[in-house]
Amino acid sequence: MSSENTPKLTLPVNETRDHIQGSPTAKVTLVQYGDYQCPYCGEAYSIIKKIQKRFGSDLRFVFRNFPITEAHPFAETGAEIAEAAGAQGKFWEMHDYLYENQQSLSNVEFFARYANEKLGLDGKKLKKEVLAQAYTARIKEDFMTGIRSGVNGTPTFFINDYRHNGSYDYEVLEEAIEFAMGTKKIETKKTLVSRPERQTRR
Amino acid sequence: MTVNKKIQRKKHVRPSNDPLTILSPGSKAPNFSLHTTPDQKVSLTDFRGRPVVIAFYPADWSPVCTDELSLYNQILSEFQKFNAEIMGISVDGVWTHLAFAKDRNLHLPLLSDFEPKGLVSKSYGAYNQKTGESERALFVIDHSGIVRWSYLSPDGVNPGADGILNALEKLYPEKREVTQVNAA
Repeated sequence: MSSENTPKLTLPVNETRDHIQGSPTAKVTLVQYGDYQCPYCGEAYSIIKKIQKRFGSDLRFVFRNFPITEAHPFAETGAEIAEAAGAQGKFWEMHDYLYENQQSLSNVEFFARYANEKLGLDGKKLKKEVLAQAYTARIKEDFMTGIRSGVNGTPTFFINDYRHNGSYDYEVLEEAIEFAMGTKKIETKKTLVSRPERQTRR
Repeated sequence: MTVNKKIQRKKHVRPSNDPLTILSPGSKAPNFSLHTTPDQKVSLTDFRGRPVVIAFYPADWSPVCTDELSLYNQILSEFQKFNAEIMGISVDGVWTHLAFAKDRNLHLPLLSDFEPKGLVSKSYGAYNQKTGESERALFVIDHSGIVRWSYLSPDGVNPGADGILNALEKLYPEKREVTQVNAA
């Protein structure tokens, strides 16, 4: 996957800074730059779940914010909700709930209630922080590291620091990860094609 | 005369498997004057003294273009740090540009290389004869009108913004720190 022309993460994955699922000793690290209002990220969400199941402890998954707010007016709110839940120790639970309820993004109360009733968090605090945009600096930092790393839309994935130029279809991601693990010797044409499925779907 | 004309025309026709040659760094950027609205034209020389970023793209509404322009639209403040103007150029007419910009909430000018079709794209080496559309090509032009960076993106690949920002930083290193510290 790595080559001179493939964009590379400018900010390496950082165990203390990033939202991470999996071990630092995992064979492969998959980083996603995502937008909570983006329908393609919604599609990718369930694919990533399957990919995580498929690779188990061999895979470390990292999520960074990339809200394209001019196109998705509630993307920033989604990112704020996830970060606010993360500050109370439940980032991934909220991340998942956001992608499972993308149609409710404009309703902060809906997520605050979930935080309160299901996650045992301080929902009032979460709502207050979201409305005050308490995590804007962090979200912007994520966004700019994405811009400088060659993120060109959402979702964009990086496998072991190099941008994955193929589509996010399960088979394509699976093959690219196997290739990065060294369990697949030959990279087939599939992984080299640039998101053809995404183009035709739109 | 007729023979010469034929040869000249042949030169412009690029077989689909032949790599395009876009204007390279050091070239003088050809001037143009194109409609951005039905009653407003934009010329390259309007921006003399400021860097200009031109993003040629195949078509309004097509998926990769939307991604690409939405991305640039999202980070207009980054280009403004270099006092740079960014504009998109395609062969679409002004009315489709207006509808497209409205639908996608785009705030950058979209220029219409509509008549004579593709003339400006051709002058930058960024026209695809086979499809009749502009190629997906990027140019960073400095304050004196010289191309300082250019990039032809493979078909269907959104080039992102990192190449443009790197080129602007290299050209105007005094602005570099501001860009790296601040976010969008």
